[in-house]
Amino acid sequence: MDMFRRSLLKGVSASGALAAALAAGILKPTEVLAADEWNRAAFDSKDAGAALKAIGASSATDSKDIVLTAPEIAENGAVVPITVLSNIPNTISIALLSLKNPLPLAAAFDFSEGAMPEMQVRVRLAETTAVRALVKTADGKFFATQKEVKVTVGGCGG
Amino acid sequence: MADPMKIRASLKGDVADIRVMMSHPMENGQRKDSAGNTIPHHFIQQIWVEVGGKMVIQGQTGTSISRNPVFGFKVKGAKAGDKVVIKWRDNKGETRSDEATITA
Repeated sequence: MDMFRRSLLKGVSASGALAAALAAGILKPTEVLAADEWNRAAFDSKDAGAALKAIGASSATDSKDIVLTAPEIAENGAVVPITVLSNIPNTISIALLSLKNPLPLAAAFDFSEGAMPEMQVRVRLAETTAVRALVKTADGKFFATQKEVKVTVGGCGG
Repeated sequence: MADPMKIRASLKGDVADIRVMMSHPMENGQRKDSAGNTIPHHFIQQIWVEVGGKMVIQGQTGTSISRNPVFGFKVKGAKAGDKVVIKWRDNKGETRSDEATITA
């Protein structure tokens, strides 16, 4: 059996906020963002609103407790380093979208067993766009923040 | 088989700072080759990170992730010598798994 498919998020060994939420029955294992099959509906969405709906985040509260670090100007849209750090208690998942990309959803990650709710990624940006970070907490709420990144040379075509 | 990942895992206090670079074209399905034909999608869709035998991070990725993806994560409670195992799977079903040891 492939150990990696035996997701602890579906299993009995989860701990911390996630386990508490599972135990309390307020969080179904499928409600974290990245545990199961690749979310085709979300990643194939051509606009950010549809992508957010597909991950269950149609509504999110703006939060200053999410630290989204991205360059103000990205000369090369093919490689734009972005860091998302959540200071919101009981963060279980973080998603990142570039709102004007042809397919806006870039990534969704789940954190458990000591993993801190922080991720560094490098994304492509097709044009000047807002990037939006979504945080999901163990009680199923979504929080968000976003930042504009000016792109000198787009990173999607060529 | 794709080239090995480069994994660096170092301890700062009790937090492991993990960085990984994956060797992957991350073709987004929008580029064309010199003959004008669209280069098909080929991109990593799922990522798993285990530290010390526990699954700590699971991720899903799309075509907006840059070529040869680089990710950074932090895991609290890790110890020097703990094994870090990282695996990815792409849209063609190809997989790759590599490991490293956390250094003090």
